[in-house]
Amino acid sequence: MSDTHAHSVAYVRETQLPQQPPPTIETGAVKWVRQNLFNGPWGSLLTLVSLYVIYLILAGSLPWLLNGVWTTSNIRECREVLDGATGGCFSVLSERWNQLLFGIAYPSDQYWRPTVAFVLLIAALAPVLFMHLPRKLLIFTGLYPFIAFWLIWGGTIMVPIVALIGVGVGYAVYNRYVADSFAMGFFGGVAAAMVTWWLGGFVIGAMPGFIALEAVPSRDMGGFMLNMILGVVCVSLSLPLGIMLALGRQSSMPIIKWICVVFIEFIRGVPLITLLFVANVVLAYFLPPGTNFDLILRVIIMITMFAAAYIAEVIRGGLAALPRGQYEAADSLGLDYAQSMRLIILPQALKISIPGIVNVAVGLFKDTTLVSVISMFDLVGMIRGPILASTDWNGVYWELWLFASMLFFVVCYGISQYSQWLERQLATDHR
Amino acid sequence: MTTLTDPPQGSFKVSMLLNDTRYRSYTFQFIALILLIAAFAYLGSNLAYNLAEAGLNISYGFLGEPAGYDINQRLIEYTSQSSHWDATIVGVLNTLLVAFLACVTATILGVIAGVLRLSNNWLISKLMSIYVEAFRNVPVLIWIIIIFTVITAVLPGARAYLGEDPDVDLTLGMFAFTNRGIYIPAPVLGSGGMAVVVILLASIMAMFAYRSYAKKLLFNTGRLLPMAWPSVAILILPAVIAFYVLGQPITLDTPDPLANRFNLRGGIQIGAPLIALWFALAIYTGAFIAENVRAGIQAVSKGQTEAAASLGLRPNRVMNLVVLPQALRVIIPPLISQYLNITKNSSLAIAVGYADITATLGGITLNQTGRAIESVLLLMLFYLVISLSISTVMNLYNRAVSLKER
Repeated sequence: MSDTHAHSVAYVRETQLPQQPPPTIETGAVKWVRQNLFNGPWGSLLTLVSLYVIYLILAGSLPWLLNGVWTTSNIRECREVLDGATGGCFSVLSERWNQLLFGIAYPSDQYWRPTVAFVLLIAALAPVLFMHLPRKLLIFTGLYPFIAFWLIWGGTIMVPIVALIGVGVGYAVYNRYVADSFAMGFFGGVAAAMVTWWLGGFVIGAMPGFIALEAVPSRDMGGFMLNMILGVVCVSLSLPLGIMLALGRQSSMPIIKWICVVFIEFIRGVPLITLLFVANVVLAYFLPPGTNFDLILRVIIMITMFAAAYIAEVIRGGLAALPRGQYEAADSLGLDYAQSMRLIILPQALKISIPGIVNVAVGLFKDTTLVSVISMFDLVGMIRGPILASTDWNGVYWELWLFASMLFFVVCYGISQYSQWLERQLATDHR
Repeated sequence: MTTLTDPPQGSFKVSMLLNDTRYRSYTFQFIALILLIAAFAYLGSNLAYNLAEAGLNISYGFLGEPAGYDINQRLIEYTSQSSHWDATIVGVLNTLLVAFLACVTATILGVIAGVLRLSNNWLISKLMSIYVEAFRNVPVLIWIIIIFTVITAVLPGARAYLGEDPDVDLTLGMFAFTNRGIYIPAPVLGSGGMAVVVILLASIMAMFAYRSYAKKLLFNTGRLLPMAWPSVAILILPAVIAFYVLGQPITLDTPDPLANRFNLRGGIQIGAPLIALWFALAIYTGAFIAENVRAGIQAVSKGQTEAAASLGLRPNRVMNLVVLPQALRVIIPPLISQYLNITKNSSLAIAVGYADITATLGGITLNQTGRAIESVLLLMLFYLVISLSISTVMNLYNRAVSLKER
């Protein structure tokens, strides 16, 4: 057959041609640029417009950033040094960093205490955030609230120790009775802890100076530290509250269900600022006469309730997303309500809810800046109040707001990146 | 199921209240109710005692008294002699105004950013990612203050626009950007001006009627009427013709640099606080909406696009008839809750001195009258009504678009 073919065709190639490299516009950087930057007239136009925007932003900000002044002690000196040239007066940061971070009244020789508390916070969060770390580290996480309280507020070490002993006694009682009934263990534990704290009150009163740090009242807290305190405390407190509210809303008992529904919908329906007004001016009317607990505590209560309502809705979504079979399976094993929730339902529901909970946490952390509206000196309050109003730094806006935005950006972006990472880690369904 | 495990019907024993699943829930609810009533009674008695101690009472009479403060930015007539109730209404309208403006702007920004973030263009999608991340991760309060600072610190004073030979000329001869706000021309209706407005409204309705007719025709008979050009023509032509036929009855009242030595006169002034709040809310929420839009578009599986293309639909029709209806189902519920967030976040107006309801009722009125409980209650009630009505709308929408499976 090939013979006949050979006669009828003038030329047959007998060897394979070597492979040619693809045309240069179809390879490497050139191809990438063509596909991703100059893809048709619209794409090219968009690219040029974006390049121009980037140029404008950089041309405006780079000289200002690079030519910044870091060493003067007030704005007039800074303007003299700059002498009409473009440049930022970053010396406001180097001069007032302590106020921005710790507030105006926190004693400056005690700055190491919140700093240590912050470093320990990272250590305490690590085993919660990263599952592969040894579980023994969770013991430190459990101890952390007591250590942090002692470090930041000061006073005798007996206060956190008594609080810790109370928790320990309560937990022991809970463990002893939980086998009989969850309710019995829970209420027994709470009662035992109360009794311990009450007795411990006498011990604290007897030795006020025992290994004491200088006591710092709550009203002296300020700056970014206040945002961190509010954020961390309120998120951790609102998680258990939110879980309880979510379970209550799913409950089959109408009265409990409606209490939870009304609470959640009320809180979610009003802005946080009105709740802060309540903490600031209204709450005092509802407390027994003579009680005067400080503003930061009232604000913590309100923000915790606010966050709990949002977290409850997120967790309710997680509970609703679980297949009905999980509830039925738990029932068919003969587990009672507390056991089935604790062992079967919540671990799965919480896992589904993690991204939502992290979103709420980030939103809440950003919302802690609202306390500046009720004249608390958090980072924003600090900048608007003592720093911009002082004659030394009146008019240094951009440096300060850039600093504040950077702080919040780093924390919030970090948290959301962590949440995305965790979502990938927890994705057990390989579909 | 319960009949197997429950004890047989018999005489009722007190211990069954705790041990019998049939009665235990009643016990729990009873305890919860008692605790709730006790808590309210306790708080109420504290309140009564504290009020009596301070010589106060709960009364809304203060709403009828003269407010005694001025509000610059207002939509209705208001003077310092008006009552606190009038100030509250001004605040309500201002809240609704800024919420509406911010919702519209945020939607536009969010849709553009969300679509561009999915663009093939590497540079623009990265730029949009930076926009979204930068604005989502910094508190909105900081953005409001930053934009307010931009306006008050960077823009020139109104004085720069004044006089025969001003330092700054009006932009296009009618816009003035000053550190107190932006001046825009105000439309003045002459005789017959109302008719033009009515014709414009009528042609808007006619446009929608034409579009729905064309759509029905397409679905029923497959005949396709042209959409874009007739819509524009119906929208614009009648009003323009009426405008010239009636002798140009609508004129513009532009800001006048010569009328006054100290300030610009004429036109509409949009105060700096309103602009700061409006833009900050729009840009901040726009970043969230961009994420919702992106998620919605990505939620429509590629197979849908390909199936539509294989039916021979053109790309824009694939978008309009196949992708968008499915994406909107995903986008709209979070979009509405973003609108809710805008409304609630507009309460941050108090930080820049925009007279919304939080600043009038919850700020100056509260401080002047000392009626903290009444003011805060009224404030919460207002926001609750808004949120509940928006979530009712959302639930209705969800019910309307939810997939009817089996």
